[in-house]
Amino acid sequence: MANRRLAPAAEQPESFAFSPENAEWARGQIEKYPEGRQASAVIPLLWKAQEQNGGWLPQKAIEAVADQLGMPHIRVLEVATFYTMFALEPVGRFWIQLCGTVPCDSCGARELKDALHERLGPPGHVSADGNFSWLEVECLGACCNAPMVQINQDYYEDLTPESLNALMDDLAAGRPVKIGSQTGRISSEPKDAINTLTDPTLFDGSRVGAWRKRFEHMRHGGDKGDAAVKKEESASTEARAKDETKPARPQAGRASETQAVETPVQRVIDGKEPVRPDERAKAAEPETSSAAPQVADQVGAPKPAGTSARIAEDEQAVAEDATLRTEPPQQPVASGADDEVHQEQSPEERANAAGTRPAGIAAARDDRPDDLTKIRGIGPVNSRRLNDLGVWHYDQIAAWTPAEIAWVGAYLAFPGRIDREDWVGQAGTLAEKKG
Amino acid sequence: MLSDQDRIFTNLYGLHSPDLDAAKKRGAWDGTKFLLEMGRDWIIDEMKGSGLRGRGGAGFPTGLKWSFMPKKSDGRPHYLVVNADESEPGTCKDREIMRHDPHLLIEGCLLASFAMGAHACYVYLRGEYVAEKFALQRAVDEAYEARLVGKDNVHGYPFDIYVHHGAGAYICGEETALIESLEGKKGMPRLKPPFPANMGLYGCPTTVNNVESIAVAGTILRRGGAWFAGLGGTNNTGTKLFCVSGHVNKPCNVEEEMGITFRELIDKHCGGMRGGWDNLLCSIPGGSSVPLVPAEQIIDAKMDFDTLRDLGSGLGTAAVIVLDRSTDIVSAITRISYFYKHESCGQCTPCREGTGWMWRVLQRMSQGRAQKREIDMLFEVTKQIEGHTICALGDAAAWPVQGLIRHFRPEIEKRIDQYSANPHSEAVPMAAE
Repeated sequence: MANRRLAPAAEQPESFAFSPENAEWARGQIEKYPEGRQASAVIPLLWKAQEQNGGWLPQKAIEAVADQLGMPHIRVLEVATFYTMFALEPVGRFWIQLCGTVPCDSCGARELKDALHERLGPPGHVSADGNFSWLEVECLGACCNAPMVQINQDYYEDLTPESLNALMDDLAAGRPVKIGSQTGRISSEPKDAINTLTDPTLFDGSRVGAWRKRFEHMRHGGDKGDAAVKKEESASTEARAKDETKPARPQAGRASETQAVETPVQRVIDGKEPVRPDERAKAAEPETSSAAPQVADQVGAPKPAGTSARIAEDEQAVAEDATLRTEPPQQPVASGADDEVHQEQSPEERANAAGTRPAGIAAARDDRPDDLTKIRGIGPVNSRRLNDLGVWHYDQIAAWTPAEIAWVGAYLAFPGRIDREDWVGQAGTLAEKKG
Repeated sequence: MLSDQDRIFTNLYGLHSPDLDAAKKRGAWDGTKFLLEMGRDWIIDEMKGSGLRGRGGAGFPTGLKWSFMPKKSDGRPHYLVVNADESEPGTCKDREIMRHDPHLLIEGCLLASFAMGAHACYVYLRGEYVAEKFALQRAVDEAYEARLVGKDNVHGYPFDIYVHHGAGAYICGEETALIESLEGKKGMPRLKPPFPANMGLYGCPTTVNNVESIAVAGTILRRGGAWFAGLGGTNNTGTKLFCVSGHVNKPCNVEEEMGITFRELIDKHCGGMRGGWDNLLCSIPGGSSVPLVPAEQIIDAKMDFDTLRDLGSGLGTAAVIVLDRSTDIVSAITRISYFYKHESCGQCTPCREGTGWMWRVLQRMSQGRAQKREIDMLFEVTKQIEGHTICALGDAAAWPVQGLIRHFRPEIEKRIDQYSANPHSEAVPMAAE
């Protein structure tokens, strides 16, 4: 951490106000950010204030920016002292920041430092003529052109003590100088030895559109639906990336044809049913055998629905869960063997094993159910499933006991989530608001 | 060597115009609408299939990161934030992208935002990059004028892109610190969870990506994830910008295939090692945060995430700092230690106090004014800092020191011996006294 303080009171100006054109510019900056988030513009505004004040930030400017953005003074002072590019004390007309971090350090920054010491004295002081002041700073991000300095806003790279001194002479005398590399490099290319990016076809536009072949090829490849083509393409890409250590370099823009395996997607492509009826029946069997009779006598019990509809609903709920889920999916704690058992049971059986069923009511009071989807974690599908259980109101959820939470969690197949997302707490707040 | 046809950043050196017309000829903004029409899922699948790992240092798979964003908005807007706060010592690649190929970045922002349901994107540049800010802003203005981006653009997806300028703080390269800074606060990292994909900028779902990760997206989608995955090796796919600095004959930025060997990288592109290969002392292969690797281990190593991890280091940002035998390695690492002391945000005690402590001890060690048992103590302290802070800056400060002790312990001991062999009037101090 750097210890940074405001300049002594004697050096502080009496007041500060943006010039009209800077004030106009500042308004434009504030507009970049959403309504009520104007604090985001604090750094750009401080920059402008520093620029207007001859390269350093006085206390009055910090306060002026704070007032303009409706921020407490201390918040802006925090920002001004935290970021090292805000100079809190007067600087020379040419403010030299010498990069001293390892890549520059190993390429001669120490010699530059000595040269600056010799010419300007210790860092942080403005030279007698007011022209220069200097400071060693941390990596400026031009490491391929080390060593380098930043003078005011510009980078001067590939320096030696001689070229730095010549540069300073030119600046002091007001002569034009060359920004960037001082040894004739254009940017960060290997000096006089560029052996890449020499192919002229990269630049004359002849490659534009060449990649489209890949997609045309796919379109002509068969009478496949658009969605199926996309799916297959991405599947094959992923499969290749996973399995082939180093595939032969495919020609750019060529589709790679791999036989998709026996998957629902492939079946759709081949014009068959994605899920065969026998598979579906197998997956659904326990549902029909146990669920319906068991719950028939309970109030607000889920209406016995068609098997396929129930599966669709389950799938939808899982999809909804995926969209609502904010943290990366958690690994199931239980082993695979346990999952097997669960699959054989109906949701009620699963739930009964986990806790006690909350009492439901047959219909919403006054026929005006609460909008359960307001609770974060409950979407339209889960809301419907809760209604089926006879849960219509916030206060019902707010009153759930731990055993009941466990039951509902198991029933909806989201164990633990109700606690994690604090449905009960959320429902309590909502019920209070309503009441 | 990677063929020119497979390079993504074709104007890396700024030999051609960065303007829109020239960029279009080089292939930017080519069929962007077509790519968007392929749909969100296709884009994310293709990015996942490319195996692209984030180019900002941590190497997290980019496609996977995008898929963490909520599929449907819950009413809060989504944001894409591009991390152009390039301040890892040794790294200077994003700068070239923003100066010379800005349209690849802007197009990538549109594609990535579309894939994540974001209608606004902020590009956060480090404060020192003033010329880069103007270059990028100019390109953004061009794109607005050509209606490639904006509320009512030719792609039919309302999208705004803003350039935001920081003010010099290394820590703002950490994603949550960057978000804090963008909100107008001190750049102090946040505790995770909640992750930015849930609560990021202004409390809204946000994804933060490095400039290079975003800028390659357009080309990957055009030429296919399979093309990108076909370059490099398993789990380390594609091309990468290497920033080679230090004691090579011709330091430069270059785009190369992942997994190129260190020797080939230096010989082919950087004019060879200064003073020949025997003169190589060690290299810091991924920016100052990763431990150094001594010559004999690095010289024929593949430059990719997994190989370098197995060498006890890392690819990081692929900022290859090469040091030859003239280097005073102890004071070089001391200088890195000073960097972390300077850049610690001061939020967590182990880092705030530890970075300064390590620097003071190393400073004495570089002169030999230390006890040999302090070497172990120093190593112990690095282990106390590592993993005990909110963000990775603590780790980044500890690793270079660990690397030094692991590989150059005899050098430190030699110095201590030399110092104590000569008469001195002052007593040798202990620890950080």
